[in-house]
Amino acid sequence: MTHDTTVKATGSSPGTRSGTEIRLDHVTKDYGLEAPAVDDISLTIEPGEFMTLLGPSGSGKTTTLNLIAGFETLTAGTIVLNGADVSNVPPHRRNLGMLFQHYALFPHMTVAQNVAYPLRERRADKREIARKVAEVLELVQLTGRDDHHPAQLSGGQQQRVALARAIVFEPRALLLDEPLGALDRNLRSALQVEIRRIHREVGSTFVFVTHDQEEALNLSDRIALFNSGHIEQVGTPQQLYAEPETLFTARFLGDSNVFELGQAALDENLTWDGETWGIDPGTVAAHPGVRTRSAIVVRPEDVEVVNRLDEVPAGANAVRATVRDVEYMGAYRTLLLTMGERRLPGRARVSALHGDHAVGDDLVAWWRPRAQRIVAA
Amino acid sequence: MSFSGAPTFQWPPRGFSWRLYHNFFTSPVWLDSLRNSLLVALLTALLATTVGTAAAVALSRLHGRLARFVRTLLMVPIVAPAIVVAVAVYISFLGWRLTGTVPGYVLAHTAIAVPYVLVSVTGALGGFDQRLLKASASLGASPWRSFVRVTMPLISRGILTGAIFAFIVSFDEVVIALFLRSPQFQTMPVQMYNSVTVEIDPTISAASSLMVVAVTIIFLVPQLLRGRARRR
Repeated sequence: MTHDTTVKATGSSPGTRSGTEIRLDHVTKDYGLEAPAVDDISLTIEPGEFMTLLGPSGSGKTTTLNLIAGFETLTAGTIVLNGADVSNVPPHRRNLGMLFQHYALFPHMTVAQNVAYPLRERRADKREIARKVAEVLELVQLTGRDDHHPAQLSGGQQQRVALARAIVFEPRALLLDEPLGALDRNLRSALQVEIRRIHREVGSTFVFVTHDQEEALNLSDRIALFNSGHIEQVGTPQQLYAEPETLFTARFLGDSNVFELGQAALDENLTWDGETWGIDPGTVAAHPGVRTRSAIVVRPEDVEVVNRLDEVPAGANAVRATVRDVEYMGAYRTLLLTMGERRLPGRARVSALHGDHAVGDDLVAWWRPRAQRIVAA
Repeated sequence: MSFSGAPTFQWPPRGFSWRLYHNFFTSPVWLDSLRNSLLVALLTALLATTVGTAAAVALSRLHGRLARFVRTLLMVPIVAPAIVVAVAVYISFLGWRLTGTVPGYVLAHTAIAVPYVLVSVTGALGGFDQRLLKASASLGASPWRSFVRVTMPLISRGILTGAIFAFIVSFDEVVIALFLRSPQFQTMPVQMYNSVTVEIDPTISAASSLMVVAVTIIFLVPQLLRGRARRR
């Protein structure tokens, strides 16, 4: 495999960006159900990148990962690793590491034997195997557990063994299929830190599947957001959160106040429920759908509340609201509102020090036009 | 009774002697039949275990009507009356010139032993996590290597149990063997049958005792192995 640089790179040299480029070209997987599980997806994952495939269950993200791994056959399209088409290469010859939600450790083997498994399949010599196993177990902080069987380890430790096993043979890329899904909250965040550190140290391409938006925002270089078989948006966590293109993206990542506009003229101003609102052209999504059906989204932390309309600063967009409920979150409060004549549900995040708001209070919610985002609905 | 000193069948046995065992182990007829039986049973166990395990693994991955049909087909020998199977085997083997030959015995016995292997290996596969095979493939193992290094060790008890059943089914089998026998080649159950119907030879009491002991020991093997595995 001359095109493969990862195999030759040493696994533990920090900072090397020696990963593999993974290119999906018009990839489709159709099981013959109502709609294809994966419908004409094109995506390029850069060498050394931490790419998260995020989406609700059934959105096609796991199918896409299985297609990359080779566990599913393509209905159409190609998958290219570092320029080589692997669409018809069986999984055991793709040289991709994989981490599973259920660990998938071999129960009849010890920790050391599990980790040595991929090296033995590649006929590495004994001393080489022993050295690499010790090295990678140190990397995942499991030194001294060599002779334990998987059943004697905790869930977190088992997943670390699986991680060691998946990276010890320096695969072209690591595919992670909701690897933290079976762990409790504390372990999850500990392992998130671990995975990020190992990604930094190994420097190879990671493709991570999850339905957990926090995990995705926390770990990824970029996120590909999946929605019913297609990719809704690809971008950095900041881009997806701050500059959503579609209403689906805005709703999936974080909380949003949504004002549906239908087909609106997105020029200087528009009226919503009798209020005249300003528009900042920089906040209109580039998505073509925005011209036919659009919506304004505003994050709760960008919404301020005042008691009277005349307290709203000039140039801000405002809407009358009633407090439906107050959630005390420690550092801040979230006001649950009903907004405008259409009585839309809304949220505003206010400082815990900032006045008292009781259920039933009438307020005015306002935000700057540049804080809002106009997306395709 | 096998330790009786009397030259004919008698109850209650009189005296104690190893004479009948001595007869057994010095008679070329009995020893030949024992050797034949062991040979046929070993080869049957080998073939039936291979075929039965392969079938069980394949069927565990298939679903739907075809898989159910194949499974039922493989189980037929267990429910078909032995005499029906024997006559059918006899008629076909006559044409193929397989009567009285080792391959003939082995093939016929394999047909009736495969269902036992199929059942025991299918049972073991029920507790086997197929997802391990995905992990194994992702680590670079071909499907065959995955079978050898992951599937087989984890279902070994089912395979061993199936092999033992296959051995015993063949070792004990008399109806088909009666049809397939030739003057030169007889299995032990056939020789035992002869010795009571034709010769009235009390050596059979030693032979049957030996058979019971042998079969019992073979059945105990997995129990002993399990005990050892647990202590480990």
